[in-house]
Amino acid sequence: ILSYPRHPVLKKRDDFEDVLEERRRSSDLRYALRCYTPTLYKGLVPCKVSMLKSIVLQSDHLQCVIKQVSSESGDSTECVAEEASLILDEMAHRMQLSTVRFFVFTLSKAFKRLFRSVCVNEEGIQRLQQAVQEHPVVLLPSHRSYMDFLMMSYLLYMFDLPLPVIAAGMDFMSMKFIGEMLRMSGAFFIRRSFGGDKLYWAVFSEYVKTMLRKGYAPIEFFLEGTRSRTCKSLTPKTGLLNIVMEPFFKGELFDVSLVPVSISYERVLEESLYARELLGVPKPKESTSGLLKARRVLSEDYGSMHVYFGHPVSVRSLAEGKIKRSQYNLLPRYIPQKPSVDTHEFLNDAAFRLVRIQEENMVLKPWVLIATLLLQNPDGMDLSSLTEQTDWLRHLALAFGAFLDWPDHEACSEVISCSLALHRRLLSVSAGHVQLSVTDAPQVETTPEEAVFQRAVVVLSCASYRNQILHVFLRPALLAVAMQSANSSRKDDIYNCFNFLRNMFSNEFILCPGDSVQDFEEACYLLMKRGVLQVLEHEIVMSASGQSTLAFLCSVLEPFLQGYQVVCRYLCEETNENLTEKEFIPAVRSFCFVSLSSDLQKNALAALLRLKAVRKVKV
Amino acid sequence: SKRFLSEGLSVLSQQKSMVVYHLIYFAIGCYETAYKLGLSLSFRQEIMKWNGWGYSDSRFLFNKKGQAEFTGKRYRLSGLILPSLKDWFEGTFGANLQHKSPATVIAPPNLNEPFIEDLKAAGVAASHDPEDRVFRAHGHCLHEIFALREGRIGRVPDMVVWPSCHSDVEKIVELACKHNVCLIPYGGGTSVSSALECPHEETRSIVSLDTSQMNRILWIDEKNLTAHVEAGIIGQDLERQLNEHGYCTGHEPDSMEFSSLGGWVATRASGMKKNIYGNIEDLVVHIKMVTPRGVIEKSCLGPRMSTGPDIHHFILGSEGTLGVVTEVTMKIRPIPEYQKYGSVVFPNFQQGVACLREVARQRCAPASIRLMDNEQFQFGHALKPQVSSIFTSFLDGLKKFYITKFKGFDPHHLCVATLLFEGDRGKVLQHEKQVYDIAAKFGGLAAGEDNGQRGYMLTFVIAYLRDLGMDYYVIGESFETSVPWDRVLDLCRNVKERIVRECKERGVQFPPLSTCRVTQTYDAGACVYFYFAFNYRGLSDPVHVYEQVEHAAREEILANGGSLSHHHGVGKLRKEWMKESVSGVGLGMLKSVKEYVDPQNIFGNRNLL
Repeated sequence: ILSYPRHPVLKKRDDFEDVLEERRRSSDLRYALRCYTPTLYKGLVPCKVSMLKSIVLQSDHLQCVIKQVSSESGDSTECVAEEASLILDEMAHRMQLSTVRFFVFTLSKAFKRLFRSVCVNEEGIQRLQQAVQEHPVVLLPSHRSYMDFLMMSYLLYMFDLPLPVIAAGMDFMSMKFIGEMLRMSGAFFIRRSFGGDKLYWAVFSEYVKTMLRKGYAPIEFFLEGTRSRTCKSLTPKTGLLNIVMEPFFKGELFDVSLVPVSISYERVLEESLYARELLGVPKPKESTSGLLKARRVLSEDYGSMHVYFGHPVSVRSLAEGKIKRSQYNLLPRYIPQKPSVDTHEFLNDAAFRLVRIQEENMVLKPWVLIATLLLQNPDGMDLSSLTEQTDWLRHLALAFGAFLDWPDHEACSEVISCSLALHRRLLSVSAGHVQLSVTDAPQVETTPEEAVFQRAVVVLSCASYRNQILHVFLRPALLAVAMQSANSSRKDDIYNCFNFLRNMFSNEFILCPGDSVQDFEEACYLLMKRGVLQVLEHEIVMSASGQSTLAFLCSVLEPFLQGYQVVCRYLCEETNENLTEKEFIPAVRSFCFVSLSSDLQKNALAALLRLKAVRKVKV
Repeated sequence: SKRFLSEGLSVLSQQKSMVVYHLIYFAIGCYETAYKLGLSLSFRQEIMKWNGWGYSDSRFLFNKKGQAEFTGKRYRLSGLILPSLKDWFEGTFGANLQHKSPATVIAPPNLNEPFIEDLKAAGVAASHDPEDRVFRAHGHCLHEIFALREGRIGRVPDMVVWPSCHSDVEKIVELACKHNVCLIPYGGGTSVSSALECPHEETRSIVSLDTSQMNRILWIDEKNLTAHVEAGIIGQDLERQLNEHGYCTGHEPDSMEFSSLGGWVATRASGMKKNIYGNIEDLVVHIKMVTPRGVIEKSCLGPRMSTGPDIHHFILGSEGTLGVVTEVTMKIRPIPEYQKYGSVVFPNFQQGVACLREVARQRCAPASIRLMDNEQFQFGHALKPQVSSIFTSFLDGLKKFYITKFKGFDPHHLCVATLLFEGDRGKVLQHEKQVYDIAAKFGGLAAGEDNGQRGYMLTFVIAYLRDLGMDYYVIGESFETSVPWDRVLDLCRNVKERIVRECKERGVQFPPLSTCRVTQTYDAGACVYFYFAFNYRGLSDPVHVYEQVEHAAREEILANGGSLSHHHGVGKLRKEWMKESVSGVGLGMLKSVKEYVDPQNIFGNRNLL
């Protein structure tokens, strides 16, 4: 299931249906109170929330770790057990159907105000209905907005699917009332970092595994770990993935179904918030009062939203031939074991592939194409040439397999003016000339710094839309840059260059480790099919007509190349020996304006560390 | 010679021709002469099926009324009508009657003439009659029986020899080495590991060494409670003859009607009542084996020794690759005073396993305790004979009502444990109470002696059922493993599900029968037995599909912490997993033993290594 189709273009995707349509026609209250009879897992062991807690605390695994911790710390086992119980209390969800119903009611109201439509692929829902009965299910949505998990639970309720339990960051818990509400609708809270805390890890992993083994509810978590502020998929984390796969590895479950879900927004609610964050304005702390203040967002139009439920991926078939389950034969299964090197590699690979499935099923709106072009033309474009180039880009994107939601039977210019209207906060249109600019409440007395900042917010907001389509162009773009910089038409040289770039950017984009050759071939294939290149046995030759495509692809990567260059230059020229990590980002930001995004700076530093160009010295 | 007569009369009493043969034999009193007169030496062969399980007169069939019955007189079930079997059969598989007639063509034997000359001179009985050869060319794996029924027979032994004692075997092995002939020892022929299959790549003459004539109890030592027995003796004969003296070995593998002592030793067999008597490795005191290097045996009958690695353990489980076991001294016990069957119904399999685990923890397992899963419980019901009166049927209905309605057991989840207690009466009753008390803690309800007894009877007739299945496009097989207690449930569930899934993926149109039971308990784990069968209509190569599914099931067992085999052995069927199972070094050790003992690969059945 996870091997890429050699011809990504031919991929078949399901049709969408707007689920809000029905909501606009009938009573939300009656809907929220309707009879909810979810499809159940065939192996379900009925279990109450309170029972769940005692099962976890009594489990061999946790008991074993409690003893270990007690003998290491010298505290009594009762004391450690008490601590474990407190951790669990802090963590556990208290799912209640009544709370869910309340959310369904309010969210129905909210969604109808926010979105023109919420589109779901119903075939995906049907597949999920099937999967839920067969094996325990893990839902893996992409994470671009706070909305994501609310929307997931909302949809599952809507389609009579079992409501998921959701791994949420502790930040939410601190929100008075709302935190508890989320808890009662199935969220469980985990600390952001608990690296060394054995007991915490044991409680957490046992809690998740118990729910999975009992078939209690689908487990939902975000592979990316956190919301992507850039709308670019983040390098996946493997910790939770390991936890949900382990019951299969150890034979406790026959199989586990992983369901990647792609949630895409025409306009992200947190749009400008993210840009500010990337520019170093600290994230507003999650608080109920903050939420109330943010009511403002309700008055705006966020266009449509798409949720695509991907094909369930069986952990069993994923692991076939890669994981030797008999490695767990010689140790009692309750004794915690660090994943072996093989397992770790497998987890990492699986996580990347799952994120790629998420990426591929993300619906792209026309605005994404427009944003890409506008960013490449900082001085703006004439509406006519924008229309022409958008149309050209649309065909290129489709040829590369983009999941583009382009309205049928509508003139290109029509589509473009609709998009421009929706995103008017980011641009100005005057006399047929379109330009990115700040139109939001222009203050009379802005200092130059503020003006720069305002502009940066717009650019980064816009970039977050361009980023949504990067995965479509990424491989061909790497090839285009490789051809440009290799200064040779020999295939080997180009490949080496491609490989270097791929390596360099593997913190920035989702590039499956070990897929270098495959990616190269895919890029060659796509460009060849487009008539841009001719790939001979030992050479790659550009065709005459391919110039513009290659130029476009190069400029897709341009900002990233520049950004990385700035970081390198800064490190070479400005740094004295000891630079602390904390100082790094503000320092680079003040060094050069081009590399604005802290995300890019972090990725660049991580890449340099990985490539051993920079060394980390613990002080 | 007297023993032949008594055996002939008791075992084969219905077979007039055999009685006549034995009378002649008795009259002449000489083995070789009988052979020269052209009479068959293989009595068992004549009362047993050549292409199916067990006795020729015992089989399942659907009579003209469409009711199932079991023919013959040998079993408790024999001659009875089984009204529910048909529904179960159709419900589980969907039946369709069509027989196939075998068309057997056997290749002419590849004889090693000088070897035959020398053999004759040594006075050892031999034959190259096609029937004798085919009969010894197979065990009871599905693919073997299927091929026989289809008339497709692969390589068969080129001749059969019947040594009558240890020294005959010595002569045969010596001559085999001299003339470079391949020997394959043959005991009861009940192998289910392709161990008796002749290797295709073997170019030498293959000689099947049938131990069936070495079937005497040579002595019984009542002071030490041991008996010295020739290894060709068949389980039920050994038991019956010891019984005549007031003793038993207590070793009762499910195949004991047909399997031999030598076969048990060569495969590390396990008996149903091992909880009291032990498995074969606990029962043997002394083993004599003829190898190409000579005879291997210990010098005394001490009950335990510290003399380096136990050489018995090179022999136990050697699967005919090192030599022929000729004589065994084994422990015997006085026949128990009292036997009592029993059964317990559990609300579900989990509770049942938990109960067995507790019984094992308290080390109070009865002679036998087995737990069938729900599917097998339902199958057991299908084999319930026609009830004799309305009253019995009413009583059955009442029992069912009590268990399902009053006690709230779900008929689709409940499962049954069968029990067998043995010993002196007082202790048995006390023991029984202890076990039922434990069962009660796990929601178990005592379900009567009759159900227990039927459960054990099932064991013996289930093999016959496969032949019936094959008449109706259903093929199946059983396989076993041993696994630590904490993994029993997971292993059972995963293997059963894997079977269902693999069948589906390979185009099997009806859901397969995929069922298991826990058949033995140990301190640290249990033995689990799986039955698996499916309707193969619509499949072009059902045996291949079957083999793929069985292969997948074994992979699943190994991945879930189960062993490669508990007592069936490795043979050629499970050879590919040996290295993984015992490590490269372990396999190397075994290979070097083989290399030393049999450098010419005379015992060339190519099992195990």
